[in-house]
Amino acid sequence: MTCSDFLQELSDYLDDAIDASTRAELEDHLAWCHNCYVICNTTKKTIEIYRDSQLYELPEELRVRLQVAIVAKCKTTKKKH
Amino acid sequence: MAIIETKVKDAASDELALVQAAKQGDVGAFEQLVRRYDRNIFRIAHHITQNREDAEDVVQDAFLKAYENLEQFQGNSKFYTWLVRIAVNESLMKLRRRRSDRTVSIDEDIETEEDTMPREIADWSPNPEQLYRQGELKDILRKTIQGLPASFRTVFVLRDVEGLSTEETAEALDLSIPAVKSRLLRARLQLRERLNKFFRKPKRGDSKK
Repeated sequence: MTCSDFLQELSDYLDDAIDASTRAELEDHLAWCHNCYVICNTTKKTIEIYRDSQLYELPEELRVRLQVAIVAKCKTTKKKH
Repeated sequence: MAIIETKVKDAASDELALVQAAKQGDVGAFEQLVRRYDRNIFRIAHHITQNREDAEDVVQDAFLKAYENLEQFQGNSKFYTWLVRIAVNESLMKLRRRRSDRTVSIDEDIETEEDTMPREIADWSPNPEQLYRQGELKDILRKTIQGLPASFRTVFVLRDVEGLSTEETAEALDLSIPAVKSRLLRARLQLRERLNKFFRKPKRGDSKK
């Protein structure tokens, strides 16, 4: 397995969406290829940081305002059939 | 435990019941669906449009459009996936308008040699998020993801931030599963590459030799 082959499978590996034999091949590669090991770890960390980052949270005050506006519009709108 | 399991089951069947009631014109039932998903829709819209006012508009427009077109929701997919599809389309329209750029599309697929071949391979500090104050870290993460093409950014946000499955993401974006996987891989690798300069371990000379 080359580094390029490894990278092609990286997403599925991180998502645990591969069969056992491919996983074993990838892990063999990781055992000796330091570069791919680093890329694998830092990509995993990238995903975790974004997942936990809460970049765009909806403030409660705005949330209430939007909910009121949506409900008001729904009450006056006609549904399409 | 039994109470928790019952609650999870109730939530799924409860959702269908809410959709059915809303179809009959029960605005209160629809309001519950709004409360359930408004935060998610705001996050997705903000990520795609990169603009808070546009994201607010998308939240309103997407829910209103969903309400108006509830009859077309057949229940083959989850209500949330159907709603995300509406919100993504509304967000892309906003983005196009703001950029006066008609080419912004979820079909946009940028093929370059470098984007799956990392240029810099450096290990990161053990807890890179602790290298910065929280506000600073958020700025770095926002600016970094904003640099991705809209199609990559959208797939990454749905899969990795919002936790949709590959199949749900494909359905919400009207893309094939291989297309979702290919964009996701490139989005992840490009973000990793761009974050390197902020998170890599400081060099310590040749101390290991």
